[in-house]
Amino acid sequence: MTLPEPFRLLAYLAGVMAFVGVNAAYLVWVERKGAARFQRRPGPTEVGPAGLLQPLADAAKLLSKQLLVPPDADRALFRIAPVLVMAPALMCLATIPFGKTLGARSLDLGLVMVFAFGSINVMAIMLGGWASRNKYAIISAARIVSQNVAYEIPMLLVVITLVMVTGTTNLQEIVEAQAGGFWKWNVFNLAANPLMPVTFVIFFICMLAETNRAPFDMAEAESELVAGAFTEYAGMGFGVFFMAEYANILVGCSLGAILFLGGWQSPFGIFSGVGWFLLKLYALVFTVVWVRWTFPRTQFYGLLNLSWKILIPVSLGTLVLTCVMLKIF
Amino acid sequence: MLLEKLQSAVGPGVIQPDGNETFVLNLGPQHPATHGVLRVKLTMDGEYILRAEPVPGYIHRMQEKMGENRSWSKYLPNTSRIDYLSAMAYTHAYVLVVERAAGLEVPPRAEYLRVITSELNRISSHLVWFGAFLLDLGGFTPLLYAFDDREKILDLLESVTGSRLTYCYYRFGGLCNDVDDAFVTGVRDFVAYMRPRLDMYRQLVTNNIILRKRLEGIGRIDAELCRKYGATGPVVRGAGVPNDVRRVEPYSVYPQLDFKIPVYPECDCMARYLVRMDEMEQSLRIVDQALAQLPEGPVMGKVPRVVKVPAGDYYHAVEAARGRFAIRIVSDGKEIPYRLKLRTPSFSNLSLFEEASRGMMLPDALALMGSLDLVIPDIDR
Repeated sequence: MTLPEPFRLLAYLAGVMAFVGVNAAYLVWVERKGAARFQRRPGPTEVGPAGLLQPLADAAKLLSKQLLVPPDADRALFRIAPVLVMAPALMCLATIPFGKTLGARSLDLGLVMVFAFGSINVMAIMLGGWASRNKYAIISAARIVSQNVAYEIPMLLVVITLVMVTGTTNLQEIVEAQAGGFWKWNVFNLAANPLMPVTFVIFFICMLAETNRAPFDMAEAESELVAGAFTEYAGMGFGVFFMAEYANILVGCSLGAILFLGGWQSPFGIFSGVGWFLLKLYALVFTVVWVRWTFPRTQFYGLLNLSWKILIPVSLGTLVLTCVMLKIF
Repeated sequence: MLLEKLQSAVGPGVIQPDGNETFVLNLGPQHPATHGVLRVKLTMDGEYILRAEPVPGYIHRMQEKMGENRSWSKYLPNTSRIDYLSAMAYTHAYVLVVERAAGLEVPPRAEYLRVITSELNRISSHLVWFGAFLLDLGGFTPLLYAFDDREKILDLLESVTGSRLTYCYYRFGGLCNDVDDAFVTGVRDFVAYMRPRLDMYRQLVTNNIILRKRLEGIGRIDAELCRKYGATGPVVRGAGVPNDVRRVEPYSVYPQLDFKIPVYPECDCMARYLVRMDEMEQSLRIVDQALAQLPEGPVMGKVPRVVKVPAGDYYHAVEAARGRFAIRIVSDGKEIPYRLKLRTPSFSNLSLFEEASRGMMLPDALALMGSLDLVIPDIDR
């Protein structure tokens, strides 16, 4: 069934926002429950069965708090920063194909658009830190910018490798090209690039760094910078940053699933559908949670060294290797 | 305009000779990494620390003065509140110095039980440090594992002392009550349980590549720096100096027990980390041996109703979890001490922070501070 155009747009707008809203709320629950299991404790149990209503209680608490703006802060920037973090994540999700026919927009430049909007996210967190006029927030803002500049490069090199293999930047077509069993997925596309699994790992590491997740959570390293760029945010201002973090994880993991793991394609070649996409998406999201509660935080310069000295050379190497392989075969 | 507004918010900066501007960052008194109300005034150039000035005293409780206006025995509960994490060792120092001064005899069973409880307390203190240190480094999960193990020690100690943290178990001339068989078997079970746990920590945490990168070669504190500031305990042993009060000024029944003093010469955070991890193992060994040798008999010696300390100047040191803790008492023969001086390890260990953290980046300096294992009431007294 295809809706006429303005309704289709509205339906997808509502759909994407609802998807992000529900996921942000329940990924917090998953994170808290997951963390609790890794730490051998029950986690949230009080509100609702198995603490399932905890996200709603948290949201109600955050919504009922006063929106404090520090007196020295730049009011306009301070207020707009959380919105600027959230909006690009929603825009990115509009290009993500959930299923064969389930996607807000199938753009020819979908992949480029995701990265274009993805980089606004960094600006917004930096603005939030800068506008707070808090020393911890400003240190955090400076860290975020250099971290994201450093990790954007290997990330894009990996994506260029992928685009060379698939020959398109349309996410829909990238998934179509991986149809017919898991050996067709890009992560196992060893003919085009024998180092494809390595490329996937680089992508995943960069994704963790780009979304400021542990062990690369330099921005909100709470034992160093209190809450980093979010130190001065109270109530829903903080809440939106928090939701945006999960929205960005969703975007990152969706991209991982689409680019490398065949999107909605089933691993056996039959019964492909949106369920497979969600399964892969949440498997990646779970890995993100798992990594966070397992590893300590890296140092800031260690993080930059990892990017400039290891990830960029290796991803450049895979890029060249892919060029050669594509030329020969 | 933005820049001016920013400057007005962060305070006047100081222009360095090389043209860089510095700013002052107040780390604390409420900060997640100081684990209490310690304030450190950092003069920073970007993320580099030019100068770190610790500002202690936020929870100064006049512990020394309190000692000087109450009778000898009434000060006993105070000693466990100086360093609340190694209360046993602190009480031990106090009873030892008064026993030395008043010439009281302690039955051997009491001394063995003192050693057993002190060493269990040392393990629980190191477990708290282990969790909190990893928390400083951004690893959340080990804290919960460590507290799980610590809970077992707290339960054991609660069963004999009645309290979980601020024990007041030792008395002049002995202990307030004997232990039962359940405690002895409980401690045996704990030793058997804890050894594989330490192996697990070694595999899960110590060998983690991120942890090693964060600790190896970071936060150099050498023997000379320790000598300058009087640093003791795992800090000085992590600088390659085998200085342990249990060995250099033996007290209690430690000379009859076989244990090693872990020493690492690397002087970095990893060395201090490894010293504490090894110390837990050695403490288990001590507990094991002390249990095996535990003699029968009374736990309280012959002690007069009111302990009188003859006039004089007395001193006794013990090896607490954080280093050398010593009490010096000066008595004029009256019912209350004339002077009571506490030498607390955290205070000396904090003193070297300024020199050791110079030129470090903020996260590394916090790793260094975590590796000193500071307990704030122990600094402020």
